[in-house]
Amino acid sequence: MEEKLNSKVPAGPLAEKWTKHKAAIKVVSPANKRKLDIIVIGTGLGGASAAATLGELGYNVKIFCISDSPRRAHSIAAQGGINAAKNYQNDNDSIYRLFYDTIKGGDYRSREANVYRLAEVSNLIIDQCVAQGVPFARDYGGLLDNRSFGGAQVSRTFYARGQTGQQLLLGAYASLNRQIAKGTVKSYPRHEMLDLVIINGEARGIIARDLVTGEIKRFGAHAVVLASGGYGNTYFLSTNAMNSNGSAAMQCFRKGAYFANPCFAQIHPTCIPKHGEQQSKLTLMSESLRNDGRIWVPKKLEDVERLRKRQVKASQIPEEDRDYYLERRYPAFGNLVPRDVASRAAKERCDAGFGVNETGLAVFLDFRSAIERLGQKTIEARYGNLFQMYEKITDVNPYEEPMMIYPAIHYTMGGIWVDYNLQTTIPGLYAIGEANFSDHGGNRLGASALMQGLADGYFILPYTIGDYLSHKIKESKQSTDTPEFEATEKAVRDKIAKIFAIKGKRTVDSIHKELGNIMWEYVGMSRNEAGLKKAIGLIDDLRKEFWSNVYVPGEPGEFNPEIEKAVRLVDFIEIGSLMAHDALNRQESCGGHFREEMQTEEGETKRDDVNYAYVSAWEYKGDGVTPELHKEPLNFEFVTPSTRNYKD
Amino acid sequence: MNFTLKVWRQKNAKTKGHFETYQVSNISPDTSFLEMLDILNDQLISEGNDPVAVNKGCKNSGPIAFDHDCREGICGMCSLYINGHPHGPDSLVTTCQLHMRKFKDGDTITIEPWRSAGFPVIKDLVVNRGAFDQILQAGGFISVNTGGAPDANATPIAKDKADESMDAAACVGCGACVATCKNGSAMLFVSARVSSLALLPQGKIEGARRAKAMVAKMDELGFGACTNTQMCQMECPKGITISHIARLNREFLCAKLKD
Repeated sequence: MEEKLNSKVPAGPLAEKWTKHKAAIKVVSPANKRKLDIIVIGTGLGGASAAATLGELGYNVKIFCISDSPRRAHSIAAQGGINAAKNYQNDNDSIYRLFYDTIKGGDYRSREANVYRLAEVSNLIIDQCVAQGVPFARDYGGLLDNRSFGGAQVSRTFYARGQTGQQLLLGAYASLNRQIAKGTVKSYPRHEMLDLVIINGEARGIIARDLVTGEIKRFGAHAVVLASGGYGNTYFLSTNAMNSNGSAAMQCFRKGAYFANPCFAQIHPTCIPKHGEQQSKLTLMSESLRNDGRIWVPKKLEDVERLRKRQVKASQIPEEDRDYYLERRYPAFGNLVPRDVASRAAKERCDAGFGVNETGLAVFLDFRSAIERLGQKTIEARYGNLFQMYEKITDVNPYEEPMMIYPAIHYTMGGIWVDYNLQTTIPGLYAIGEANFSDHGGNRLGASALMQGLADGYFILPYTIGDYLSHKIKESKQSTDTPEFEATEKAVRDKIAKIFAIKGKRTVDSIHKELGNIMWEYVGMSRNEAGLKKAIGLIDDLRKEFWSNVYVPGEPGEFNPEIEKAVRLVDFIEIGSLMAHDALNRQESCGGHFREEMQTEEGETKRDDVNYAYVSAWEYKGDGVTPELHKEPLNFEFVTPSTRNYKD
Repeated sequence: MNFTLKVWRQKNAKTKGHFETYQVSNISPDTSFLEMLDILNDQLISEGNDPVAVNKGCKNSGPIAFDHDCREGICGMCSLYINGHPHGPDSLVTTCQLHMRKFKDGDTITIEPWRSAGFPVIKDLVVNRGAFDQILQAGGFISVNTGGAPDANATPIAKDKADESMDAAACVGCGACVATCKNGSAMLFVSARVSSLALLPQGKIEGARRAKAMVAKMDELGFGACTNTQMCQMECPKGITISHIARLNREFLCAKLKD
């Protein structure tokens, strides 16, 4: 194995690794922490919790977000919940079971030690959030309530109505505000990182653009933490917020950080179907709905026809003519199979002609049995805001007619490669939350993104970064008046000037939509060799189209959303290409990555543990140049990878 | 559907603004309000790049700047004063969840930024809501460091209290309450945070200090006083009620009496 890809997983029994590792970490004294500067990019659950905790510890922290306030970060949109191994329901849950479900759910493409640590700190997160005043759902006795999520047979998901991400983020944001008031954290809202500054091989600062004035600024630090989220918007249409982007990560990639498993993107089964070409984004309907909702399509094609012509309503189709296909195919888990499995099953039915709307790309999520069993009041209390949101968007009342849903891009498991300390291949650069690749393998389980963001930010990074910073206590404040800052700033200015100078014919969005179509068609829910090769070619053409025919109005030195989008699109194009290369290389089906050539007779994924039990870590070689593949082998010491079976 | 749009245009905080009129056509009723603005912006970008139109004296100030992000009603980033209502004519939604089917074909729609001294305009329809961050920094938190928290079930909390706390915590910090208030008061926003924390045993401990600090910061930043017009609860996209203002007032008065 290459030295650069040393995972630094500590030796010893699984359950003792983190404890032993922590004991071996050098700590920094309070007097020295005050002298050390840390930059955190992004203020979602990962960034906000890390910045707040680092501030509490006494470091000097600077946080950057592209929105007008840290509270807007896309973590806020997470609906369903957060997992923890509390076993409050006495259903025989444990740290080991959460670890096992997560590593199995990820189709054995993540590191055992990382996933175990995640499960281990999960309980602390719930304690922390309650102490911060997060109003989790409670039972009449005053204790915390739980619900179930896909890929698990226990109830371990803590929730705050359908707004769990919002409440957890507001908790982290409150802790952050406390530190901002104390002066340990300085906040830079409406600032976007446009490049990473490397000095002597180490991350020592960033170049950022003030999105209000257009000013290009330099910031130095002893370490940089990337918490900028995922790259789902490569597909243009996704459940990600409009401004979510992969640019900060791509700048790090360009500067030498390896990008791991880029092809692992999660397609969420329960989103509101696309309605037209002008659509700007897709809306998720929480996975928690699958606790009580049953997914079906008609058994008979003539019913499908009548539905599409609106001659019949879904509620009029009798029980015996409904195909509850998840319950049929996966009796043990039923409607609660993991997301990748549920998404593919929906695609399979729609491809077979059973899609229930005009576009043929929708299935039903039906609450009739639950309403009959529990009453509308209970359903309202559980999912009221989601039902309201559905009705506002579609103009259909889901208490009367089933919801229509279809899979959509939702989350990216791939990300910047990190070792056990969450450090990237660039010393001094760390990546946390969705921005890294570490814990979810080929598929993330529901309610685990919030868990990972907060685990990294509250309980892991603040410890591991100390190990690096303890060697920096003699280094004074990083000056931004160095040749490296000078050169990096110039490169950023040149890039922006170059984009403005094109003055072509096409809007940024039109090119982005074209990229999205290529990605969804060839690098989407199912992939094959010919399609992936075609996608790489099409993306090459699109790159040329961008650099010769994009039009960005206005000036660089002003509030200008079009230049923001253009700069991000440059990176989305590279990510798209990178994803296609990775998907082409990985000739196996696992998790969210389904290669048509590799499937069982029943159409299930066929993993190849002999040839592909590794993390693919890609090294940048230039825009449009095939990146170089490095491999980190995955060793399973404690669990035996098996075929994921959700049938029995 | 076709619409006439009267949109507030303002180059930056230092210049004076004005209304400009635009036409959009062939809009599907399923289009969201912000998607309709996307379509208009596409139009404006293409026109601005068209030498024929520019030579004909096309008065194009470029695409319209507006804030938006999640487009599912939770991030609080979108704003817009539409036909005299923050977040438009529909109730309990943010602008991003408003759909064109709520308007009539041929309607003239007036679009303005949040109108409040506390929220200066940055450009066109984008305003600076940094004051909300500052108010929360003054005390909108529970003073607890990471680690060392007791077990989450150590302190039971009555379900109705937790639910009411959640009702208040649903605030997305969009600023509609301030924008609609004739006094430009931020009381609903401040009270939502104070009330949400005051209802929980964890937040009770520093309740008095919190109420005083947040109200003082709100006053300092130039937000007006509350005169109980109740416009804020009428327009709040998250249905937050003025009962939380009552709780804030109680917290504040009790705190002041103890001084």
